[in-house]
Amino acid sequence: MKNRKKESKLKKKILKKQKSTREKKIYYLTYTTQKITLKHTYYYSVVPFFELKFSSPVVVKMRGATSSGGSGDGGMADSAPAKRNSRKPQYSRFTQQELPACKPILTPGWVIATFVGVGIIFIPIGLIALFASEHVVEIVDRYDKDCIPPNYSNASLQYIQSSKTNKTCTRTLTVPKQMKSPVFIYYELDNFYQNHRRYVKSRSDKQLRSKAGESDTDNCKPEAVTSTNAPIVPCGLVAWSLFNDTYGFSLKNKALDVSKKNIAWKSDQDYKFGSDVYPKNFQSGGLIGGAKLNSSIPLSEQVDLIVWMRTAALSTFRKLYGRIEVDLEANDIITVTIQNNYNTYSFGGKKKLVLSTTSWIGGKNDFLGRAYLTVGGLCLFLAVSFLLVYVIKPRPLGDPAYLSWNKNPTGQMSWNS
Amino acid sequence: MTSGQPLLQSSDPSASSQPCPSCGFGSLGCLCSNDSFSSSIINDPQGNLFGLDCLEKGDKDLSVGDTRFHSSVGESFGSVETTQQFHSVETPRIERLSLECPTHENKRLVSWGAMELPHSNSSNTPSASFEISRGSSVVHAKVGSRALSSLHDNKSQRKSRHKSSQFDDNVLCEEDARFIYINDPRRTNDKYEFTGNEIRTSKYTLITFLPKNLFIQFHRVAYLYFLAIAALNQLPPLAVFGRTVSLFPLLFVLCVTAIKDGYEDWRRHRSDRNENNREALVLQSGHFQHKRWKKIRAGEVVKICADETIPCDMVLLGTSDPSGIAYIQTMNLDGESNLKTRYARQETSSALSEGCTISGLIRCERPNRNIYEFTANMEFNRHKFSLSQSNIVLRGCQLKNTDWIIGVVVYAGQETKAMLNSAASPSKRSKLESYMNRETLWLSIFLFIMCLVVALGMGLWLARYKDQLDTLPYYRKTYFTHGKDYGKRYKYYGIPMEIFFSFLSSIIVFQIMIPISLYITMELVRLGQSYFMIGDRHMYDYSSGSRFQCRSLNINEDLGQVRYIFSDKTGTLTENKMEFQRASVYGKNYGGSLVAADQLQKENLSAAAAHRRWKLKSSIAVDPKLMRLLHKDSVGDERIAVHEFFLTLAACNTVIPIRTCDRSSSCAESQCHEDVETIEYQGESPDEQALVAAASAYGYTLFERTSGHIVIDVNGEKLRFDVLGLHEFDSLRKRMSVVIRFPNDDVKVLVKGADTSMFSILAKDNERDHHVRHATQCHLTEYSSQGLRTLVVAARDLSEAELELWQCRFDDASTSLTDRATKLRQTAALIECDLNVLGATGIEDKLQDGVPEAIESLRQAGIKVWVLTGDKQETAISIGLSCKLLTMDMEQIIINGNSENECRKLLADAKAKHGVKTSDGGNRNLKCNKNAEIDYLEISEGKKEGIVKVPLALIIDGNSLVYILEKDLESELFDLATSCKVVLCCRVAPLQKAAIVDLIKSRTDDMTLAIGDGANDVSMIQMADVGVGICGQEGRQAVMASDFAMGQFRFLNRLLLVHGHWNYQRIGYLVLYNFYRNAVFVLMLFWYILCTAFSTTSALTDWSSVFYSVIYTSVPTIVVGTLDKDLSHRTLLQYPKLYGAGYRQEAYNMHLFWITMADTLWQSLVLFSIPLFIYKESTIDIWSMGSLWTIAVVILVNIHLAMDVQRWVFITHVAVWGSVIITFACMVVLDSIPVFPNYGTIYHLAKSPTYWLTILLIIVIALLPRFLFKVVHQIFWPSDIQIAREAEILRRGPDHLRPRLDGRSS
Repeated sequence: MKNRKKESKLKKKILKKQKSTREKKIYYLTYTTQKITLKHTYYYSVVPFFELKFSSPVVVKMRGATSSGGSGDGGMADSAPAKRNSRKPQYSRFTQQELPACKPILTPGWVIATFVGVGIIFIPIGLIALFASEHVVEIVDRYDKDCIPPNYSNASLQYIQSSKTNKTCTRTLTVPKQMKSPVFIYYELDNFYQNHRRYVKSRSDKQLRSKAGESDTDNCKPEAVTSTNAPIVPCGLVAWSLFNDTYGFSLKNKALDVSKKNIAWKSDQDYKFGSDVYPKNFQSGGLIGGAKLNSSIPLSEQVDLIVWMRTAALSTFRKLYGRIEVDLEANDIITVTIQNNYNTYSFGGKKKLVLSTTSWIGGKNDFLGRAYLTVGGLCLFLAVSFLLVYVIKPRPLGDPAYLSWNKNPTGQMSWNS
Repeated sequence: MTSGQPLLQSSDPSASSQPCPSCGFGSLGCLCSNDSFSSSIINDPQGNLFGLDCLEKGDKDLSVGDTRFHSSVGESFGSVETTQQFHSVETPRIERLSLECPTHENKRLVSWGAMELPHSNSSNTPSASFEISRGSSVVHAKVGSRALSSLHDNKSQRKSRHKSSQFDDNVLCEEDARFIYINDPRRTNDKYEFTGNEIRTSKYTLITFLPKNLFIQFHRVAYLYFLAIAALNQLPPLAVFGRTVSLFPLLFVLCVTAIKDGYEDWRRHRSDRNENNREALVLQSGHFQHKRWKKIRAGEVVKICADETIPCDMVLLGTSDPSGIAYIQTMNLDGESNLKTRYARQETSSALSEGCTISGLIRCERPNRNIYEFTANMEFNRHKFSLSQSNIVLRGCQLKNTDWIIGVVVYAGQETKAMLNSAASPSKRSKLESYMNRETLWLSIFLFIMCLVVALGMGLWLARYKDQLDTLPYYRKTYFTHGKDYGKRYKYYGIPMEIFFSFLSSIIVFQIMIPISLYITMELVRLGQSYFMIGDRHMYDYSSGSRFQCRSLNINEDLGQVRYIFSDKTGTLTENKMEFQRASVYGKNYGGSLVAADQLQKENLSAAAAHRRWKLKSSIAVDPKLMRLLHKDSVGDERIAVHEFFLTLAACNTVIPIRTCDRSSSCAESQCHEDVETIEYQGESPDEQALVAAASAYGYTLFERTSGHIVIDVNGEKLRFDVLGLHEFDSLRKRMSVVIRFPNDDVKVLVKGADTSMFSILAKDNERDHHVRHATQCHLTEYSSQGLRTLVVAARDLSEAELELWQCRFDDASTSLTDRATKLRQTAALIECDLNVLGATGIEDKLQDGVPEAIESLRQAGIKVWVLTGDKQETAISIGLSCKLLTMDMEQIIINGNSENECRKLLADAKAKHGVKTSDGGNRNLKCNKNAEIDYLEISEGKKEGIVKVPLALIIDGNSLVYILEKDLESELFDLATSCKVVLCCRVAPLQKAAIVDLIKSRTDDMTLAIGDGANDVSMIQMADVGVGICGQEGRQAVMASDFAMGQFRFLNRLLLVHGHWNYQRIGYLVLYNFYRNAVFVLMLFWYILCTAFSTTSALTDWSSVFYSVIYTSVPTIVVGTLDKDLSHRTLLQYPKLYGAGYRQEAYNMHLFWITMADTLWQSLVLFSIPLFIYKESTIDIWSMGSLWTIAVVILVNIHLAMDVQRWVFITHVAVWGSVIITFACMVVLDSIPVFPNYGTIYHLAKSPTYWLTILLIIVIALLPRFLFKVVHQIFWPSDIQIAREAEILRRGPDHLRPRLDGRSS
């Protein structure tokens, strides 16, 4: 069987190759018909186009014949049968729409198998994902409210905008379960539309990439140039609003090291942020948006900036701050010293500090697992119910008795609905 | 009727038969303007005058004017003034005369303009007009005066043209004529700059290409939409996409189209150049020399040799044939491949052969596009004679069977009839497309709502954060830079303006909600479908070698929804290959038993046939009885009648015998005849060919035909008859007659025609004739009940006086430039009266192959087949029976009333009898649906009470239709007709055919299809939603007017049931899918925008947004739209009822649209929210999210498509999965360019398992409801198509199904 199939396939291939040239011709002809109909004008378009196409070579032939002294009739007789033959459509399985084809049909078997298949695939995935998610330990601490001294509680804006107030704030976190290293430190902002169109566009990737593009600040307004028309590097609202809260961690009065290594995408560090681009005129305007940058460090090393510049997709987002490279045991109490600099009070944004381990599915995320389990379960349920339907009320497939004109006309007519 | 003009054929009775008074005024106005017309135009009424005088008096001394005219000696310039004065004096009299003319029934006065003048004032006018002619010719010749005269000319010409157009364009004013001086191109082109022979079919030149092409392209609404969107995007506050990106789709489409147009135009340039640079022999200074086509001018004399193409429209002057015949092939012009004869006038051709110099004047009508008519007259050697269509050869034709011809160019270049004809018929729009536009309107409403939501949201959000906007990190509308900009606002125009801009920019983002690309996709898909239809070998006609043709690309899917078929009979249902079957001669019936003529000859008549040295191309069976009668030597009345009968058959026609020598074939066949000639009859009417061939079989062989005489070989004896005149067949008279002079100087008029038109003009007096007449009538009824086409043959002797009178009138009429047809008809009436009936003929027109089967299955498919024919009622009914249109169990309602009241009564009776309810206008649609349902129930053979009744057949004739269609009986007819199973209309005129189509088209929503093969079907073909032409024997006018053309009627079956079904299913699905595809994408963007503070941010990169509909998802739709098919052609042909899905609109309707939209909403929500939940509190960045969405949506729509694909061929796999792969590839490429902010995203994402799991989850959840719906629907409410498909696939072919099905259904 297999051999035969192979053979026929080979034959088909050869045939196709032979016919491809002819098909092209035919296609060309049809294409021009369309031209006629679309454009409506062609020389003598009174003539259906085929006549024209075929008759013109004949004309040429005839003229040749007469000039060489041959008889016109002979030429005519020769060309006529040739013409006849060429008009007959060439046979190929393609043009006759008879290509070998797979015609899928929703038999009960296939339907049930599909549902069972989906169920069988989805339920384990859901379980594994849920399991992985369960293993992720996450500590979330919202500090924006609590870090305001009580005397400023009604004037948080003043507090945050003033350069004189003490912004240091200490929080204690309890580790609920053991957290294996690396423990990732995130800050989470809320109601901060990093995906706002004005904001997303307000950057210059050329400038970030190389020194040569320094003056390319067209998209960066209103944070493009200083008053002396010197370009701001990095320009734009995104860079300008760089997050500037800092966190210091200590466990049992022993400072925990926060590693900033590899918190940004390597591709960004290597190719998008130039190693020869240094911050210039940054945060020198009338309004300070956020963190300042050390102008002696090239942009490619400014990992916090690089992380920040990958603008978030949603208005609630986390950004990686750093990593703690030691394991944290259950019930460990971590003291966090926060420099609460970043102003989210003006728009009511929350600030959270998140410590989390990861698994293969990323951070803590029950949704994925649950969704998979639900869908898998539903599919199994459907499979069972369809099985019942087929057992209880089977409809023989392809039974002509079900054809509408064979049924009682008073019965169901599906198109009437 | 919606379009009147194309229906008005040249022989429209109302337009031509009554010269209304205003027409008279029209020509009068022209005449008046004549007075200032100081050049040769004056000569012409003048010339007419002489010609007439010559005829009358037989002397030629009055024609001095002409000789002077040519010599044109000096005369005072002042004579212009005198002529003018003279004319202004003359004017009132002309006015009076021409006003009188139409009312006069005087024999002499034929009702037109200046020609009568000489008769009424013959005493004084000749001299006066002589002066005019002299004066004017002098003016013309004088170089100095030319300026003035041309000034005059221009003025008066303008004036006259204006006037004539004011009154009536149909009447050709004498001044509207063109003057061609033979062999004097300088003079011809002197006054009017006739166009040269250079043609230009190209549209552009290098300089005009860009602006003109763009201008033409932007005529399309779609491009304007693109342009508007792109323009909006250029405004700084709205720049949603990058500026170049937004222009990309428009530029892409424009460029592709421009390149295509440019290429086409280049090819046109090339073909023009080739065409213009061809060479022809032109008479220059006495010798024929080669000249390029483009340099040929009107008035030049051109010589064409055999097989050359004719460079311009020419009047024949002479040919190599001494009798002045030339054969041309008009393939390029009208597609007919048979040779046509053209004649040079004897006068010119003899002059040519004598070697005289050729000079003369041709007056011809202005260039027009009617290739079947030419009106002109020629003044040559002091003779004046008419020229007609048979004297002109048109550009593009080829000369055949003739060594050379010489002709004078009358129209050149763009003014040739071929060039004037190169315009197209208006394009039709498919029904599905108009529904689609309705749904597109819904989509625009959605678009509007979405934009409104975004705009209002933006407004509310801005209002809420109004105070913080200055410093909000992600909005910051104020400059805080120290310096001049300090405190300035940045891109902020106040809340109302921001709302407005937000609205506009959301239109830009959501633009593809309106599926503009769908129109382009549909065009491509239809192109593909046409390719398959053309390539279908089952629709190739072997006998004529004609393929299926798609002449219109816009209505492929209409083929799947046809409810009514209006079919012509002759040539459509039948082969239009006529065979002479029966003859009734002198009251005796012949043709009961036929024997092959050759056999007969061998048996007993070999002596007579022995010296026959020619044979016919086809042999015909003859009746031995009749044959014997012919060879009897007795000279009785009967014998004479038989003789005349066959003479009429041989002579009274326009058939041309073409003799060819083929020795070889005859030698091979039998004993060697020397020089056996084969005679082939070529003619435009197959009936005539059959009759001539029959006459030949009985020994009356038409041997030679020229314009002046015919040679008939009567049993070996060659008789030469002079043809004095020939009144061609026209649809009003329905007969043709020929006046011939016998060798013994008898003059007879021989007439043949339709029985209705003949019996009224027969002689009524004599008793014996009465018997013959009665017998003939009986035979006619018999013939037509057998389905034969009948003609009555009659003749009479013409007395000397009658002849003279007729000849005079005939010459008048045939040389007239205006109203020639009417005048000829009047002239014909003079002699076509008091005829003696000779007999009648019955010609069989065989049914085409497979017609009964085709009609049967079309009927099963629920299509109503109406036959509209010009034949007699009996013929129509018998054909109806033989093609199974009518069955014996049907009750026939016959309506043939002769008055309005009678028709009304007949209709009312029929309605009352068969319980047809009257529908009023209000619930017309309801009625139609009901009708459809009843029909359906009938088909399904249901036994519901009250509905089952005898199937009805309505037979109605043209006469009644005249009353019914013009009066308010239309709706009655409609009610009756729609409740009948079969409708047969007989004796209908072309315009009535169209009116019947219109009756159905305007009163129902059902799709109508008209099929026909002849010129008389053109109006109906153009009127119907789908016009199908049959490439048959009767020329190609029908094909020209049609949307689809094919070789045989039975292909209609395949065309509708198979290709129509496929096309409809494909396009229907294509449209829905395209709506879905674009809407799901737009909705996904919309949900996201709600999460971005309404700021029209798109998570997708600009390029991805643009590529989505252009690259990522376009190919599969096209491939599936062209290649997918639900059922095999075998199944479809076997169960014609499956076709019902088309006209029940099962593949595309409102219902499906809303289901699709609901599904779209669900899918878009899933697309948006699953990633949202999964990445809710994560570090995901906007580009990763966009990347995820891009991939997810592309995979989703492709799998959605894959779920619905019913036939997976290799190409489908490549297209669907290839698209997904290409999308990934594009993402990889886009993410590998470091200048883009999204650099590296896909690499990062692909490493994360969550990403893949998310995509999988999205697809499963999004498609689950759809899949479920589909499965449930298929289990509980399977459609017919579904069941047939299951049967086809599971039982391995439909053969399994057949016995079981039959068993069940019976």
